[in-house]
Amino acid sequence: MAKAKTFEESISRLEEIVSTLEKGDASLEQALKLFEEGTKLAQSCSKQLDAAEQKVVRLTKGPDGAPVEQPFEGGGEV
Amino acid sequence: MSGGEIYTVSQVNRHIKGLLDGDPALRGILVQGEISNYKMYPSGHHYFSLKDSEGAISCVMFRRSASRLRFRPENGMKVIAFGSVTAYPRDGKYQLYCEQLMPDGLGDLHVAFEQLKEKLGREGLFAPEHKKPIPTCPNTIAIITSAAGAAVHDMLRILNARWPLAQVKLMGVRVQGAEAPAELAGAVRYANRWKVADLILIGRGGGSMEDLWAFNDEGLARAIYESEIPVISAVGHEPDYVISDFVADLRAATPSNAAELAVPDQTEVSAGLVEQTQRLNAAMLRQMKDCRSRLERCKSSRQLTDPQVYLQDRQLRLDSLERGLSQCFERILAKQKQRLGRTSAALDAMSPLKVLGRGYSMTTLPDGTLVTSARQTEPGTSVQVRLQEGSLCCTVTERSLT
Repeated sequence: MAKAKTFEESISRLEEIVSTLEKGDASLEQALKLFEEGTKLAQSCSKQLDAAEQKVVRLTKGPDGAPVEQPFEGGGEV
Repeated sequence: MSGGEIYTVSQVNRHIKGLLDGDPALRGILVQGEISNYKMYPSGHHYFSLKDSEGAISCVMFRRSASRLRFRPENGMKVIAFGSVTAYPRDGKYQLYCEQLMPDGLGDLHVAFEQLKEKLGREGLFAPEHKKPIPTCPNTIAIITSAAGAAVHDMLRILNARWPLAQVKLMGVRVQGAEAPAELAGAVRYANRWKVADLILIGRGGGSMEDLWAFNDEGLARAIYESEIPVISAVGHEPDYVISDFVADLRAATPSNAAELAVPDQTEVSAGLVEQTQRLNAAMLRQMKDCRSRLERCKSSRQLTDPQVYLQDRQLRLDSLERGLSQCFERILAKQKQRLGRTSAALDAMSPLKVLGRGYSMTTLPDGTLVTSARQTEPGTSVQVRLQEGSLCCTVTERSLT
């Protein structure tokens, strides 16, 4: 788990853990580990949702052709 | 020209051309008819005939005029042509030089739309199996639309309300006018080349068919088809259909609808998270309870509470085996005894002594041969007669052969 999981990955993993625990064929040690992981995932997902603020950028082509991100202020000009 | 003179063909043709060209009634006229013998030459010029029930006229449309056509002329199509009639002296033919061609009845945009739709459909650009799935939780969404239109605000408002986790990258382009198709297609290709997002929303707000026309561009359709990033097309209002709607991986009725289709709703996802957490806790509690009750069952078992049980169990088993063994042995013995009794009785019944007991006797010669016939003896032969008890030594005095 070196790389931070995306929201989608986190929630998929959480669902997987819940279904494994519900099947009840994990050993107690495994189950406790999964439970801990699942609880952390659920907390981090909730936190991500609560803290989320949409980031909007305007994409333009830079001098070398690569995309450049610029702030987008609601596109005032009509 | 007058009678009696001899003219060359060219002179006649030139004269006719002069007559036609000089007649204002043949300049800038609208002609209605049905296309036949339609041919496009590599030069880019189009040749065809217009006909009605009674006649036909040859027509030509030069490349310059033809390049402005927004639909592809086909045989059998009813059209209205605008142009002038003049002669072509080389062939001695008069022709209608078309400058514009419009479908008769339906608008030319409509025909062009249907034609492109049919062509791309035949090529497989709309094939359902080519459509890519829309990611359930896109991290980055590219919006290709006008940065100034109402559509972009609708989309941003809804994306923010439903799923603020996604980053939005706005790629501002013109969405109508001559430059629009190339800018739209260019933005789709650019987004793919630099992999700027994992979902593309392309579209604009409502307008007339002409306003939306850029989204019926073949180049844009191909750019969307070739996009590796899934594309949602959101053009105009619900009833508006454009080519990009057919070729995109998903068609949204409006830009707002595209934003709704693009991301999940955070309130639903939150509720799902709560449910998952509850199930996680319940499953863990159940497993703990199961483990505890298994442990209790083990702890209260007789094996653990009474150490003698192990020995007792084995003693019982030994006793039972012993009992089985002796029973078995007795059964075998009895059976053998019975068999012996039966055999002795049979033997006894066969004994010759038993026969002698009934009064019969056995006669033998001195060499021990059993006498069964009188012929074996002669008067004077000594024989031994064996009785049940003892025996007699006798001499034959007489014999009878009957």
